[in-house]
Amino acid sequence: MSLAIALFLLVIATVVLHFVFAYYFDWWFTPLAADWAGIDFTVIVTLWVTGFVFIAINAFMAYCVWRFRHRPGHKAVYEPENKKLEINLSIFTTVGVVLMLAPGLFYWAVFVNVPEGANDYEVLAQQWQWQYRYPGADGILGTADTSLVSESNPFGINPEDPNGQDDVVVNDPQMRLPVDQDAHFLFRSNDVLHNFTVPQFRVKMDLVPGLISYMWFTPTEVGTYDVLCEELCGIGHFIMRGQVVVETEEDFNAWLAAQPTFAETQNMVAANPAAGQAQYAICATCHGQQGEGLLPQEGVSPLNIGPKLAGQPAWYLERQLQYFKNGVRGGEGDDDASRGMATMSLTLFDDDAVRNMAAYIATLPDEPAERTVTGDIANGQDIYDRNCAACHLDDGSGTWYTDAPPLAGQSDWYLVNQLSKFQSGIRGMHPEDDFGEQMVYMATAMADEEEIRDVAAYINTLVSSRIEVGE
Amino acid sequence: MAYVPLADQEVELHHPHSWVTKYVWSQDHKVIAIQYGGTAIAVGLVALVLSLFMRMQLGFPETFDLIDPNSYYQSVTMHGMIMVIYLLTALFLGGFGNYLIPLMCGARDMVFPFMNMLSYWVYLVSVIILLASFFVSGGPTGAGWTLYPPQTSMAGTPGHDMGIVLMLVSLAVFIVAFTMGGLNYVVTVLQYRCRGLTMMRLPLAVWGIFVATVLGLFAFPALLVAAIMMLFDTLIGTSFFMPAVIESGTALNYDGGSPILFQHLFWFFGHPEVYIVALPAFGLVSDVLSTHARKNIFGYRMMVWAIIVIGLLSFIVWAHHMYVSGMHPYFGFFFATTTLIIAVPTALKVYNWVLTLWEGDIRMNAPMYFAIGFIFTFIHGGLTGLFLGNVVIDLPLSDTYFVVAHFHMVMGVSPILVLFAALYHWFPKMSGRMYHEGMAKLHFWCTFLGTYAIYLPMHYLGIHGVPRRYYALGTTEFMAPATQDANTAITIAALFVGASQLLYFINMFWSLRYGEKSGPNPWGANSLEWQTPDTPPIHGNWGDTLPTVYRWAYDYSVPGAHEDFIPQNTPESEEPTVDEEHFDPDHDVSKADL
Amino acid sequence: MKSLKHLADKPWERKGIIGGLKPEGVFDTAAEKVALGFFLVVATVLFSLFTISYFIRMELPDWRPLAEPAQLWLNTGLLVLSSALFQLARNKVKRGEARNVLTLYLAGGIVAFLFIAGQLLVWGGLQEAGVYLTPNPAASFYYLLTGVHALHLLGGLWVWSKTSIRLLSGSEPKDVRLSIELCTLYWHFLLVVWLALFAILSNT
Repeated sequence: MSLAIALFLLVIATVVLHFVFAYYFDWWFTPLAADWAGIDFTVIVTLWVTGFVFIAINAFMAYCVWRFRHRPGHKAVYEPENKKLEINLSIFTTVGVVLMLAPGLFYWAVFVNVPEGANDYEVLAQQWQWQYRYPGADGILGTADTSLVSESNPFGINPEDPNGQDDVVVNDPQMRLPVDQDAHFLFRSNDVLHNFTVPQFRVKMDLVPGLISYMWFTPTEVGTYDVLCEELCGIGHFIMRGQVVVETEEDFNAWLAAQPTFAETQNMVAANPAAGQAQYAICATCHGQQGEGLLPQEGVSPLNIGPKLAGQPAWYLERQLQYFKNGVRGGEGDDDASRGMATMSLTLFDDDAVRNMAAYIATLPDEPAERTVTGDIANGQDIYDRNCAACHLDDGSGTWYTDAPPLAGQSDWYLVNQLSKFQSGIRGMHPEDDFGEQMVYMATAMADEEEIRDVAAYINTLVSSRIEVGE
Repeated sequence: MAYVPLADQEVELHHPHSWVTKYVWSQDHKVIAIQYGGTAIAVGLVALVLSLFMRMQLGFPETFDLIDPNSYYQSVTMHGMIMVIYLLTALFLGGFGNYLIPLMCGARDMVFPFMNMLSYWVYLVSVIILLASFFVSGGPTGAGWTLYPPQTSMAGTPGHDMGIVLMLVSLAVFIVAFTMGGLNYVVTVLQYRCRGLTMMRLPLAVWGIFVATVLGLFAFPALLVAAIMMLFDTLIGTSFFMPAVIESGTALNYDGGSPILFQHLFWFFGHPEVYIVALPAFGLVSDVLSTHARKNIFGYRMMVWAIIVIGLLSFIVWAHHMYVSGMHPYFGFFFATTTLIIAVPTALKVYNWVLTLWEGDIRMNAPMYFAIGFIFTFIHGGLTGLFLGNVVIDLPLSDTYFVVAHFHMVMGVSPILVLFAALYHWFPKMSGRMYHEGMAKLHFWCTFLGTYAIYLPMHYLGIHGVPRRYYALGTTEFMAPATQDANTAITIAALFVGASQLLYFINMFWSLRYGEKSGPNPWGANSLEWQTPDTPPIHGNWGDTLPTVYRWAYDYSVPGAHEDFIPQNTPESEEPTVDEEHFDPDHDVSKADL
Repeated sequence: MKSLKHLADKPWERKGIIGGLKPEGVFDTAAEKVALGFFLVVATVLFSLFTISYFIRMELPDWRPLAEPAQLWLNTGLLVLSSALFQLARNKVKRGEARNVLTLYLAGGIVAFLFIAGQLLVWGGLQEAGVYLTPNPAASFYYLLTGVHALHLLGGLWVWSKTSIRLLSGSEPKDVRLSIELCTLYWHFLLVVWLALFAILSNT
């Protein structure tokens, strides 16, 4: 009896909750931003068919449980089978299946056949970031291969292929698309499986190393959309984010024209460290003459204590300087030292000045900073190996590939300081900080200040091992 | 009950002489069944705790310092693998298969008792290897239970060195154990049925276990092939599955392998695996429903055919797990069609279960609660499968929480409800005592309503676009503000369901000691296991003579019969008939049989 | 297909004992043979999946065909001989003869060992020629497939050795007749698998 009532109430609750979830809490499809109304239509057809079956069978079952419950004098009916009924039910089910399958197969056929004249775009995934390539004026993407990938050619574009020279490469998690034009996405991966998903576009596809997969859609709404990775790709899977900006054709063309082509990135004029050196004098006050960094000490304002810079690669310095200049770091809510740095960074007028400065600092001799932090090294190692090493590597040397700077030999007080800032979201949550949010979430691997110090203490020990390996 | 004397089966019964040979190195299928079951449930509890860790992280991010991203992915992986293989497969086939097949077939034991014993001990070794991976450097693998290359053996994936190797070795050992057990189950059903017991007189429980075992025998080799080749890739550096890849900025020494080939092999095993779990559940639940509804299972033949057809079809639907894997998209047409065709025999089974209740005389005992609960959750999980199987709907929904909700409804909650139905239903036979009815019903309500509270909202999160296998949701533009609240509510429900499973264990331990004596056949059931001379059955099951079967297993409420059941070993001549005047429908079977 | 016809039975209509001492549908043979039959299907699935993987992998660009050494023909001959010796032993046992059964049976197993030794020699020869497990996937598959086949043969030889010990310690051949029959069947199966593998390996 109670079960019959419960089943009946559950059916009603399921229907009611459907509307509560979908319309009150908004847990329903995000507003469609691509030309895939057919998918939504198929979902709705399926929802009606299955919803009807769900209500009908369960209500009938609840009725049976109530109606044929054991009572005195009641006896079950002996009925081995009813062929006609079973055949009718099978036919009825088959009709329902056909009803759902027909639009499914129809729209799948639309999905697998890319329309003529669709624009090609390439998405390249690697642990744990997105990059994009546009075919350039010739409309043809040059050939590319994983074996050609390097810091200066992250796409592995074949330098011999004339089609690839005018390809526009966007080494940034954000891509742009013109609205209302068919977009044909070609997918490659440099390492593991990934999956390119924008919920508002409805369609998704895996990126598989060793082959090129594809999908197509027509963006229909101007706006900015999150790109998520939806194929487990390692420890950073959940923080592998990108963005697609859909904009008018004029805006898109203007943006595209400002991006460097592959040929331009390969033939860029080398930065001038000498020019950087001239401007470094002002930095030396806080960061030391050789970029060796200062130690916090009593009586000296933290404003004037800068971390070690020597040993950091140019790509990292360049990015951070740009962040300071643009208010991504050292903005509102940040500490005084960082805000001070933001002001100082304005002395570098243009991108060339930033490049020159980064190039100069990269030439400074890399001596490990003096140690000030102590902690439980074993615990620090446990946390580091499990969570940090995936990007910063086992020996803390970092790599351009995962956009992770070297940690070994860095000023340990600065590591503690920055990890705390990541944890509290002071650093990393700016929308233009491309990889900061990854650190915000990875920093949760450390429970508290003490564990942060443990990790910093462990990173201190990496210096000696690195030097030993080097010798 | 009449036993016709006949030449006995040629099973060599090694009668135990000491405690060790009786309970440890036992060749008795019933002891082996309980060993299998106990081990499976123990390792399943580990997986349950892992899932609660994950839920704590998702429901209360940054509140509990239980797991970091690394151990989250390890928990995801081990939870899935343990639940699917080491709990469900082992418990349904190694546990219930072992216990019920010889009893329901009227045999003294399995055909090869020694190999049966070996099967359990090899299974135990596979479990130990699996659990050992928690203690090696780097910990267990965190590659997801699908173990997709290339990430399984690359830095950036937890447990990419020792963890994955132990996982693959453990799987290979498990497959050896399963093959030994599986050959036993299949040959016992085929060859050791007692006199008069034709295949079409078998209870559906045996049919379900039999067909599932055949599926397992033919599907597990695919996993073995995949595991061996992946071991070669990982340990020796071959490139079966490994393409040219870059690990942390350095090109690895692999080239040309096909990650998609692994996926095909994995799912060629993986999809039948769903039915390796589901078919025994279908069979067991059919018998529970029929017994407690005091009515024959409706459409027995159709039920048998459906089991066979589903088993066959399960081998040609595997790529519906790979619609967005980058395989040739034209496969989508074929696999969507075959997948939706499977809905027809499956739906027919559901109809027949419900029609078994129709015009029945339903006794609402605890196993019946679980069995009816199963029909509800299975309908729900089956219907959401129609979304995912329909290729174009899989585009927005694959790899979201919709998938998680779907397969937990259909492969988690539903089989677990059947497991409990079966555990309560056969507990009196296994122990000779009744369980505590009130506690069992409370256990049902907590589990049934609690799991629905977990998984119903998850479907909506999935439709909304929340991806699965995320340690944290992060910041996105699209997610509704209440999304995190949903996760919190789900976690509370999960903790509640997890804790309420204690009721089962308390009930079992309490009842073993203090439960009422059940007698041989408390439910008034027809199938042979309830007709043993001893309860619990002793080694050899049948005393001096094997039973002879005169009828199918579902002669419940036969018109004109005195009782509302006629056991399979009752000859026609002894069928007690009464005139309707003296018919007493309230005749309490369970007391009468004491 | 008689068993398929049984599936159409209406079991509620047929009462009483169906079949003789054994019920309908029981195979009229030893349970061990039924078990072996199932195992052979399982092994067939295993080798088929390896072969399918081989063909799929072959389509990818880095595949370089392997030149199989001529010694494989000799090895094949050994396996054929081994199978034939088992068959002769089985025929004799089946006719109830005891003479030479032990010799034939032992010889069959020893020749199978020679086959495995021959396979190992081929492996050694390939290594000397610089064909290792990596990087050529064709070579990887060669080692893998021949290795898995040899492992199956070793499993058979384990059963063979147990039976041989029984025979050597004085058991009558008719007492181990089932064992000899099962071994013979298994050997024929492995011969067929080898012939198929050999054909595939040497033609691709």
